[in-house]
Amino acid sequence: MPAMIRNGEIVEDRWLAVNTEASSPAPQQILTLDQWQATAEKSGTAVQLEPGQPPTPLFDHLDSISLVAINFPLFTDGRGFSYARELCERGFKGELRAVGYFIRDQLHYLRRCGFTAFALTEETDLSAALGSLGDFTEHYQASADQCLPLFRRR
Amino acid sequence: MYVYDKYDQQIIDERVNQFRDQTRRFINGSLPEAEFLPLRLQNGLYVQRLAPMLRIAVPYGLLNSTQLRKLADITRRFDKGYAHISTRQNIQLNWPQLEEVPDILAELATVQMHAIQTSGNCIRNTTTDQYAGVAIDELTDPRPYCEIIRQWSTLHPEFAFLPRKFKIAVCASTGDRAALYNHDVGVEVRVSDQGAIGFRVLAGGGLGRTPMIGAVICEWLDEPHLLTYLEAILRVYNQRGRRDNKYKARIKILVKAMGVDAFREAVAQEWRAIKDGLNTLTNAEIERAKSFFNPPQYLDVDTASAQSALREQCRNNPTFSNWVARNTLDHKVDGYQIVNISLKATGYAPGDITDAQIELVADLADRYAFGEVRSTHEQNLVLADVHQPDLYPVWQALQAAGLATPNIGYLSDLICCPGGDYCSLANAKSLPVAEAIQARFSDLDYLYDLGPIDLNISGCMNACGHHHIGHIGILGVDKKGQEFYQVCLGGNQGKDASIGKILGPSFSQQDIPDIIEQILSIYLQLRRPEESFLDTYRRVGIDPFKERVYAGDD
Repeated sequence: MPAMIRNGEIVEDRWLAVNTEASSPAPQQILTLDQWQATAEKSGTAVQLEPGQPPTPLFDHLDSISLVAINFPLFTDGRGFSYARELCERGFKGELRAVGYFIRDQLHYLRRCGFTAFALTEETDLSAALGSLGDFTEHYQASADQCLPLFRRR
Repeated sequence: MYVYDKYDQQIIDERVNQFRDQTRRFINGSLPEAEFLPLRLQNGLYVQRLAPMLRIAVPYGLLNSTQLRKLADITRRFDKGYAHISTRQNIQLNWPQLEEVPDILAELATVQMHAIQTSGNCIRNTTTDQYAGVAIDELTDPRPYCEIIRQWSTLHPEFAFLPRKFKIAVCASTGDRAALYNHDVGVEVRVSDQGAIGFRVLAGGGLGRTPMIGAVICEWLDEPHLLTYLEAILRVYNQRGRRDNKYKARIKILVKAMGVDAFREAVAQEWRAIKDGLNTLTNAEIERAKSFFNPPQYLDVDTASAQSALREQCRNNPTFSNWVARNTLDHKVDGYQIVNISLKATGYAPGDITDAQIELVADLADRYAFGEVRSTHEQNLVLADVHQPDLYPVWQALQAAGLATPNIGYLSDLICCPGGDYCSLANAKSLPVAEAIQARFSDLDYLYDLGPIDLNISGCMNACGHHHIGHIGILGVDKKGQEFYQVCLGGNQGKDASIGKILGPSFSQQDIPDIIEQILSIYLQLRRPEESFLDTYRRVGIDPFKERVYAGDD
């Protein structure tokens, strides 16, 4: 099982990456949005959003979904940052995972947008990457891990 | 001006450390160039034609004398002893070494400065009226709102990888000196009849390849909602802005494609989800922001005797008198004057300033202007609060340092990007064109007779020199490896903003001064009494200019 970062630790990944070909997805399989929408039982499901797929269809099922993966085909495409915040603001409490080609220097921003898990590219040195999670210890804005903007705290 | 507390300081110190580590990893090869690129851009670092260029943020154009002295010191130790004021009121160094940039940032952090988000596809430095707080036509001071926006936009985790760069301008005066209508978002601060503050919000303006005038998307936004509304705009843009073509990625293209009404509705929908949330501004925060921009301790002066003394000095010295008339402006407080420092002396690159000049300006600020200086998007500097009896010594000092060219607002006070001499994006050089124009039109009486004219030069489509909104705009273009220059007429910044029209086929560099002279002589022939260049152009249109300039070309 591939290694990844979850809640600030390096762990083995229990989930299977999306498989667009699969007609009947395996358990522990992350589903494409289409596959997920075709699944009747949403409880315990995992679904992956691509850029251009805003999270709106998930809003009614946030309590039952276990994992939302947001794919970054290219690290400079920042749509997923907004998707994550919208999910968090609407109360999603499951695992919010970044997958694809994003880089360790984005981990801190991703975490602040609500991502809790990071499946970085294979080449990434995960223990070194852990350091980037905490690049900053203070911020101006409200975020997933600090609901008050600085102006309400100073 | 705003003063950092421990939080602000901690944030920029941590940014220096972060960038130091990123630079180290880039140099040792563990951070690939393509991944370092957006990271360094978000720290203002470009790789240019000859050397890297570092763009230092000057939030809404405010500087103090300590910061100026540090900048002078940095230009000596890490650069070639001069700096450049950009059209976003920022300061650029043209010759730093990549490996020394973290040290430069650490030096800047000691004086509450940084280079955060001065480039890259993120929210850039917020700009405003260079006369904020002292202008006669001001409704209220825009700077507290600029500071609130600065803090919100600095290292915003959601908006660091936008489709393209994003520029916000704020203005709070009757006249618009911040080019609100040519920004991704323009925030016009307004005051209701009852004295309440609100904002008119414009979106989708811009220059570049597809110049557009911004559209009003909110006629009145109550003061506390400033940040949530901006956040809603950014969210719509971040999710829906085009990412397939960098030339179609700015918000102006999105607003046009969706239509203003649909865009407004999309923003309203995003806003409903976050409106009244914890990002809603509190009275305490607004008051805190305002507290940094209280007026300085103006001296109670005998206005009448100060003014008569000034008149006497003017009578005795016509050069001083002319400088007062051209480069200073009335201040909202009697007995004070706004002083523009011209960085447009012929023979020097527009907006460039040497280390010694920077230090002189810092000294003058300390002695005569409460220690503060502003940078302007016209690439000049301003001493905003000069006591009238001090104008004479200020002028003497500026004159001796080559900083008193009496041309503010006239043709030779032109805006010009660094162009092909420095910038790797440029299609053509812009500095030699600026210099040739300044040299040709150095006769001050002729310039004054022409009246106020904005002449703006950009070395490429990216329009850093704002050529579209110059009354006369010049754009460098590349034709089969050769540099040519397109001329456009009739652009304007301000509340009656307009985009210049292209005159016709482009010209060679050496022909430009002649062409400009022809355009000006046509204006002088056609103008009616009291008509400015822009007035005449708007009355007669482009045809008379086109016909005469290209006459004989067939």
